[in-house]
Amino acid sequence: MNHMNALDLRSTSWRITPIIGAALVFVVALFALLGSVIVPGDAFEQSLLKALSGPEPLAPLGYDHLGRSVYHRLVDALWLSPIIAVAAVITAAGAGLVLGTLAAAMGGWIERLLVIVADALLALPGLLLVLIVLAMVPGTALGFWAGLSLVLWVEFFRLTRATSREVIASPAVQASRLLGFGPVYLFRVHIWPEIAPMMLTAAAFGTATAIMAIAALGFVHVGMRAPTPELGLMMVELLPYWREAPLALLSPVIATFTLLLGLTLLAGSRIS
Amino acid sequence: MNVIASRFVQAVMVAVLIGTATFIMMRSLPGDAAWRIAAGRYGYDHIDAAAADAVRNELGLDGPALPALLQWLGDLMRLDFGNSLVTGQPVINEITHQLGASVSLACVAILLSLLMGPPLGILAGLKPNGWLDRGLLLVSTGLKAIPQFLMALVLIVVIAVQLRWLPAAGHGEAKHFILPSLTLALGLAAVNARIARDAMARIAEMPFWRFAHWKGLSTRQTLLRHGLRNVAVPLTTYLGLQFVTLVEGVIIVESIFGWPGIGHALVHAIFSRDVPMVQGTALVLGLGFVAVNTAIDLTVRRIDPRVAS
Repeated sequence: MNHMNALDLRSTSWRITPIIGAALVFVVALFALLGSVIVPGDAFEQSLLKALSGPEPLAPLGYDHLGRSVYHRLVDALWLSPIIAVAAVITAAGAGLVLGTLAAAMGGWIERLLVIVADALLALPGLLLVLIVLAMVPGTALGFWAGLSLVLWVEFFRLTRATSREVIASPAVQASRLLGFGPVYLFRVHIWPEIAPMMLTAAAFGTATAIMAIAALGFVHVGMRAPTPELGLMMVELLPYWREAPLALLSPVIATFTLLLGLTLLAGSRIS
Repeated sequence: MNVIASRFVQAVMVAVLIGTATFIMMRSLPGDAAWRIAAGRYGYDHIDAAAADAVRNELGLDGPALPALLQWLGDLMRLDFGNSLVTGQPVINEITHQLGASVSLACVAILLSLLMGPPLGILAGLKPNGWLDRGLLLVSTGLKAIPQFLMALVLIVVIAVQLRWLPAAGHGEAKHFILPSLTLALGLAAVNARIARDAMARIAEMPFWRFAHWKGLSTRQTLLRHGLRNVAVPLTTYLGLQFVTLVEGVIIVESIFGWPGIGHALVHAIFSRDVPMVQGTALVLGLGFVAVNTAIDLTVRRIDPRVAS
């Protein structure tokens, strides 16, 4: 049943790759944080006379088809999806941790029910769930947060449940229980230290998945709406002007790739 | 037969989940669903309150929730998907029509990825840390960080726009298959290759492998007799998991390349709030996953009898 353990890839991981990954994420974060401090400007201000013109000091990456500064739109876009992604990952991790521990500790029909729901969600493509939730929830950012949380909690749940089950069955936990320690203590001292290292990997993967989903749906016009600066939306808007303004299209492409590569490397060599 | 029972439970759960979700979607759509549906039928310039009311009465869009949900799920269990709210055609006809296009695209993509990934992975795994292994690691890590829509964009810009070798979109001829299936296949191959490489490297360290060499078999013979079947087990298992990636890819790639398949239909259905179509397409995709993985569970047992015991 558990395909994740079919082979262990940790043996082949290089220790240097997470550092490169962290550095790439750091560079993108630095750009998002300091970008508008270094070159002040507005992401929505249009000047049609400058449409698709090249870089200049006030707009270091040139202008898009409506004469808006690509640089400042990119800074805004690199705030938007990471914030939604991180919020969704935090929600998902919280829910997964609580439900996973609960399932492992309670057993019985609670566990069975949670596992059935998680398995069913696993059978649905994440983008499909996000699309359905987006159609129900008013507000695109809120919809993305809710949909992505719904998709991402399953992974945290599976990890937590698998680990907690082993830990709870161990002699150490039985001893603690006999000594009369409560569930909070058991979680903090026995379960959490086992799960914590896996959480970082799962969180980095979750963030990458979420950013990819937001950009992918933006790219096919069912995600964020114009004029919001969003990575996928910027790419699809600038695609027709590839010949006139290659830099304008390449900027969001390179930024997205750098961010996703960084997160993938940070997560380490794990598959899917 | 335990496998089939647990997969059956999963399938029923998938159906209930999608049914409930689409029902809530139907009830809680922001804006007036009747207006949207009317707009979808007659065009945005030709609707008024009377048309919207007509649609509302026809489809029974108001009324108590719980009996409606039970009826909704009952219809679903009887495999009655209803009619599309936009075209008025039975959903089942629309889906069977589109499924063919999607399945053929997906099959070409899987085939292409299996031709690219595993052979390279096996070669790399035979010489761990050789130049091919290092190169493959670099390329597959890079490819894994490229989402499918970005891959599509790169292929369109480079091959269709700059080099003008292939059409950027379309459907019907063999040449239209190349770009969309390549987009999907490159992502799949990046993962395939790593799995084959790791499995091969693990197997090449095992005593039976060294024994086969020692008794005089060439590497080629050892690979054919003892290697491939062992590599096939994790590859097949992951193929089932990759199906989710493939379906997500199909949704995105079909929309980008204008491929008239089920993913394209799903995006359109969501766009026009055509709930029966959303339900039908989502159900086909979810149950497809369960069916493919049941088949894969059974295949893995055939390849490697140790799994069953």
